[in-house]
Amino acid sequence: MTQAKQERNILSADEIRRALVRISHEILERNGGVQKVVLVGLHTRGVPLTARLAAYIREFEGTAVATGSLDIGLYRDDLASGARPIMRKTDIPVDIQDRHVVIVDDVLYTGRTIRAAMDALNDFGRPKEIQLAVLVDRGHRELPIRPDYVGKNVPTSFDEDVRVRLEEVDGLDEVVLTRRGDDDEG
Amino acid sequence: MTKASQLEAKTVSEAGKSHLVNGNKSSEHEPTFRRRHVLDLDDFSVDEINAVLQNANAMKEVLQRDIKKVPTLRGKSVITLFYENSTRTRVSFEQAGKILSADVINVSNSGSSAEKGESLYNTALTLQAMNADIIVVRHPDSGAPHFLSRFLDASVINAGDGLHAHPTQSLLDMYTIKEYLGEIAGLKVVIVGDMLYSRVARSNLWGLTKMGANIVLCGPPTLMPTDFINGGKDMEGHPFSAVTIEPNLEKALEGADVIMTLRLQLERQRAGHLPTLREYSKIYGINQKRLDLAKPGALVMHPGPMNEGVEIDSEVAHGARSVIEAQVTNGVAIRMALLYSVVTPGRESI
Repeated sequence: MTQAKQERNILSADEIRRALVRISHEILERNGGVQKVVLVGLHTRGVPLTARLAAYIREFEGTAVATGSLDIGLYRDDLASGARPIMRKTDIPVDIQDRHVVIVDDVLYTGRTIRAAMDALNDFGRPKEIQLAVLVDRGHRELPIRPDYVGKNVPTSFDEDVRVRLEEVDGLDEVVLTRRGDDDEG
Repeated sequence: MTKASQLEAKTVSEAGKSHLVNGNKSSEHEPTFRRRHVLDLDDFSVDEINAVLQNANAMKEVLQRDIKKVPTLRGKSVITLFYENSTRTRVSFEQAGKILSADVINVSNSGSSAEKGESLYNTALTLQAMNADIIVVRHPDSGAPHFLSRFLDASVINAGDGLHAHPTQSLLDMYTIKEYLGEIAGLKVVIVGDMLYSRVARSNLWGLTKMGANIVLCGPPTLMPTDFINGGKDMEGHPFSAVTIEPNLEKALEGADVIMTLRLQLERQRAGHLPTLREYSKIYGINQKRLDLAKPGALVMHPGPMNEGVEIDSEVAHGARSVIEAQVTNGVAIRMALLYSVVTPGRESI
């Protein structure tokens, strides 16, 4: 704890805001408004990101976009490894049948979380289209998954971690790159 | 194999203990649940209880979907081994396992090899040899699930053992209280009935006191294990220090937030604990008039099956303050959360 953490700043609070503003414009443009759009945030940090995107979209368009939240705990493919985080409540308040669902998450890495999220969405209905918005894409995909909206591409090595901190969860807005093993967070 | 599994069991229980000590250290960190067996709540930390309740909340959402099926426990086997009659607990576990995509097999003593005189030990080993990942056991002898947990590689969940414990019932009771009243800490919970023979009451004593409820017990003196309760009171910091015994039901119910009625097993009367059922009903039955003594929003709970007209009036059991049906629904969510949490991290790693 006493040794200084080797953290390199990737995105500042302002840069996070600009990235989210841009992504909300891109979502509007690509889907021709938000009539058919449902934003679905993945717990934990995808949920506040979804709320922010929805607020920007409301500001620009004057209409509210449907939102929901999803915990992928029941759809993980690594249950055997013993990873068993506490689950949050999934809340999909609208029928996603034939809608354009935008999955929102903080970091895109192996793609396994997104695979699980798509499985989960299928249990709620058959969306017309599923899109993916992430604040940071750090590479190293293990599945054929690509994002439709990216805040920032950050090439990383395996011994690095991307840590997204958000006001709503962590008390401040920043994205940093850390060496693995610096601390035990996350 | 047996030695290795014993070692494993020891490590797990020690990890559980050290967690108990650190359980309340920080309110910030996420609650965790690392336990292979669920035998009773006496060694659960507040953190672990919260973890189960939180996971159950996520499970409840699945119960409200059109398609109630998730792939979580695909390829895992759950065997329910019931040596006592039961409808709701067994069906609840079966439903929980099936919604999570586990294969559920039900074994009861009637019609099984137990009737031919096979010992519990051998029956359990046989079931394990058929690759059971989780064995849910109900047994008339206190301690039977604990006995099984000492030699099985499979997880053991206690679905009620003798007079000892019924941890899943207590967890679903706590979940229901939280669902309706928000918090458990500081609530006045009155438990009415046969405390001596009730494993539901015993598990709830542990669970609810840990969560900070003030418990008042009310029941016939012949069915009140005063020594059991007061014995704990003398120990400093013992959870039972928040438990009071009040023989007068009217006094006990004053200002109650939750009224928990216990099933009166009719054989108690035959055993001489009670003069007549009518007298019991007159003194300890929950009726509308008595319900009015509790707080306006008080909950009425019953673990089932009910003797309507004995320990609880029909109008109360099916009245506006009754959450008895919600208890049943929440039971499925709680058992899903437990199956999800205990399932072993792959046989190869044991």
